[in-house]
Amino acid sequence: MDKRPKILLADDDPDLLDMYREILAQLPSRPEIHTAPSGARVIAMLEAEPFQLLICDLKMPKMDGLQVLAIVRRKYPELRTVALTAEVDEQYRSRSYALGVDLFWHKPATERETKMFLECIESLLGRENEGGFRGMQSKSLMDIIQLECISQSSSVLRITNGPLTGKIWIQDGELIDAEAADLRGETAFQKILSWKAGGFEMLPAEPSRPRTIFKSYNALLLESAQALDESRGGVTAEGAPQSAPSPLAQLSQLEGVEFVLAMKSGQGGYQVARGLENPERVAAWARQNLERFRSLGDRLGAGPLEQIEGFGPQRHVALACQNETEFCVGWQHSLAPDQVREMMKRLLALWAS
Amino acid sequence: MGFLNLFAKPAPTLLRLPSGSFTVDREGCVLIGTLPSSFPASLVKDIAHQVRAAFGEAAAAQLPLAELVINYPSLRIAARELRGGAIVYISPKAPTSPMRQS
Repeated sequence: MDKRPKILLADDDPDLLDMYREILAQLPSRPEIHTAPSGARVIAMLEAEPFQLLICDLKMPKMDGLQVLAIVRRKYPELRTVALTAEVDEQYRSRSYALGVDLFWHKPATERETKMFLECIESLLGRENEGGFRGMQSKSLMDIIQLECISQSSSVLRITNGPLTGKIWIQDGELIDAEAADLRGETAFQKILSWKAGGFEMLPAEPSRPRTIFKSYNALLLESAQALDESRGGVTAEGAPQSAPSPLAQLSQLEGVEFVLAMKSGQGGYQVARGLENPERVAAWARQNLERFRSLGDRLGAGPLEQIEGFGPQRHVALACQNETEFCVGWQHSLAPDQVREMMKRLLALWAS
Repeated sequence: MGFLNLFAKPAPTLLRLPSGSFTVDREGCVLIGTLPSSFPASLVKDIAHQVRAAFGEAAAAQLPLAELVINYPSLRIAARELRGGAIVYISPKAPTSPMRQS
């Protein structure tokens, strides 16, 4: 079976396409290289067949590279993407990374730059073949911690789960500290391990970090595993069944919340947790506006829509998406805009955890 | 040589996110603005249209709004309702983190 990776290369300049095709053909993985002269062609080609990597020039007529990458990142989140440009402007770098591209690269001008560019592309293709998230997707957080401790490593593990961020400090194979929101030490560690999904990032070790955890990593992992089992089983430590409120009901109990409307992305239904007289109309408005401003973001090349906040004389409202669920949350009108933002962050974090 | 330039393909430009504001009336006409002229008028109209539609539909859904803030990783659009029209502020921002979620 042919296992050559497939690269899609997009640039409006045919001479550059030819040149990059020749350069990329030198990669050790011997990739199959396809070219597209425009953004529209990129979208059409991605719809027709799967690719492992898209290398996209930013400056293209009609649909520029940022617009292409915004659409591609949303429609094909697994596809590795590289933004390529001759423009020297930090705004384009930060906007590209905001879109979630894997690599932003100035068009190589020297032999050394070309060599480095090829090495990065080969490395990206390698990660694709491993099928992991930054090499770790197939592992659970427990596996990663165990691996780090067994190999006597020193590192800081940064874990993100939606708007939540946590850090675990490992020094010479020992867990020494953890931090998640206001929590520190063992409590923070248990909290981080309770997150069901997220991203990992390895940061350099911080040997000067004060130690707050003194238990062995094995004991801590065992405790976390037990706690997770108990929460999955819905059974308390005494064996009695739990009667916890539904996640949506928990959200609606947050201070200042007037209503919570949750909708599955891409589906018609909705669930209401509390106090809304006309849920159908509000759900339709919320969906329409999330879609409207997502499309506007694509046209502007501003990145994926993060949040919409509306402030009114009767109530405030905030729209956001978290783990494939779209939320429309009504807030008391007495809250200040900053408070709405802060409380919405908390609500989404609560949902994510 | 200048004559040959007539046949030259116009070079594509990359859109820079602008900083500035504009007002739009209840008919959807952009009245006055401080956005750079390099920012396409079609996009200004597009933003104006989307914002006015969002305000109008919110009122129809019994959620009257006086202000809307739309947040993207690299851009913030804030709009204040003005009797059927709106004043819109656009400001680019630096993203906080380039990390990708699994």
